[in-house]
Amino acid sequence: MPTRFPRGGLGLNFLFGALMQLTDTLLAPVNVIGKSTMGFLREVGRLGLFLWVSIKAIAMPPYYPRLILEQLMRVGYFSLPVVGLTAVFTGAALALQIYIGGARFNAESIVPNIVVLGITRELGPVIASLMVAGRVAAAIAAEIGTMRVTEQIDALTTLSTNPHKYLVAPRIIAGVIALPLLVLVADVIGVMGGFLVSTQGLGFNTATYIQNTVNFLEQGDVISGLYKAAVFGFIITLMGCYQGFHSKGGAQGVGRATTNAVVTASIAILAANYLMTSLIFNNGTALN
Amino acid sequence: MTDNTKIELKGVHKAFGNKRVLNGLDLKIEAGKSLVVIGGSGTGKSVMLKSILGLLKPDSGSITVDGHETTTMSAREMEKVMGTFGMLFQGAALFDSLMVWENVAFALTQGKRIKRAEARELAIENLRKVGLAPEVGDLKPAELSGGMQKRVGLARAIASHPEVIFFDEPTTGLDPIMADVINDLIVERVQDLGATALSITHDMASARKIADEIAMIYKGQIIWRGPASDIDHSGNAMVDQFVAGRAEGPIQMEVLKD
Repeated sequence: MPTRFPRGGLGLNFLFGALMQLTDTLLAPVNVIGKSTMGFLREVGRLGLFLWVSIKAIAMPPYYPRLILEQLMRVGYFSLPVVGLTAVFTGAALALQIYIGGARFNAESIVPNIVVLGITRELGPVIASLMVAGRVAAAIAAEIGTMRVTEQIDALTTLSTNPHKYLVAPRIIAGVIALPLLVLVADVIGVMGGFLVSTQGLGFNTATYIQNTVNFLEQGDVISGLYKAAVFGFIITLMGCYQGFHSKGGAQGVGRATTNAVVTASIAILAANYLMTSLIFNNGTALN
Repeated sequence: MTDNTKIELKGVHKAFGNKRVLNGLDLKIEAGKSLVVIGGSGTGKSVMLKSILGLLKPDSGSITVDGHETTTMSAREMEKVMGTFGMLFQGAALFDSLMVWENVAFALTQGKRIKRAEARELAIENLRKVGLAPEVGDLKPAELSGGMQKRVGLARAIASHPEVIFFDEPTTGLDPIMADVINDLIVERVQDLGATALSITHDMASARKIADEIAMIYKGQIIWRGPASDIDHSGNAMVDQFVAGRAEGPIQMEVLKD
């Protein structure tokens, strides 16, 4: 309904209307920023609440050991091929890059040291987790999302079963256990990739390469990577469950949840990696 | 006079954004009776049902089960109440990852912690009650037709001997013969258990068959209620229009025309 203005002539009305239009145009960007900020805060709040409910579900009985085992197979065992292949190629490429860089100041012999350090502290956990994020977060979001839109999650509730305990807790527990194990495998295979390239293609002596790797490697290098992996496993499974749980709108909604799960898990992994690396860097002696 | 009320809703309001779906809804369901709530799409039927089941929290108003307020219950208390409920979902909502017998026995294996072998026997027995052969128990839900899925959903709903059974559009998407089979099964099973039943539907044939009483919901309020036998002479123009399925009448659908 149009706004009624007091009698005062057409000119005044026109001026007032034009002023309102100008204000709307000028404030449009502020409106967009405000809406985006509110949307972001709402999402953060919802994720925080989901996190809290999930932690409570993990801590309190009943537990579902059969479901945890099933998820360990899905998250861990079935991710082994993709993680192994990624690790071997990353280790091999890393050895080549370090050799090229090292050759610039006659330090080619540093290859075994940098490969083992780079793989265990950084590339092993990050690359393995990103690959698992693509595989597992997507699968979890699609499965739980489909359960949401077909009312299977409501059905769980009506059957006196807490969906957070039945669906979320086993997946998160499996993620936190499986990722460090996967990263351990990725570390070994990644270092082996570097070893194969160095000894078969770059002329390194086999015994010297192994000797240098073993002598240089410290316990803290591996352990810091495993800590990171446990956190990444938590992030991957949490994001998959969260996006699936909040999917709506049929097949399109499930597709959106799947994409969001992979994107948010990947970004969160990289951000958490930086934060944890900073913490480990600042408290380096604690892990060495 | 003794109060035989099983479930009672008083002044229940629920809105999604600006859209008010339940608008001060009052409804009383007597123990051992079968009440069917009819109404068009978007009138608040499903929201009412989900509010009773605790899947949605009303903005205001009261919902009681056996005199206990459920809107303020903790999750644990609500789980106990849920233990007395059975629910048949519109799309059956069977768990894809489980076999049919595991679906039927879900409340027994998870909630009552009955051993799997014993639960399987009970599941097969419940499948038989809804006219399904024991071999069906070893199939996955995706291998069943729509009518069979509904029957498995019914078997799951009755497996834990609930005091109240809810039916959400029990015959939607089924051919008329299968719809009648489901209606007969609902009547038999509810009577067999002596349970209270609340159904929501817009299928009048189903409502006539399974209801002791019928109530009509419109714009989030109950506008008429009476015995099922009175549905054809309700004296309410809106009920008459709905029962006859006429486009013309006091209920106007928002349809854009050229």
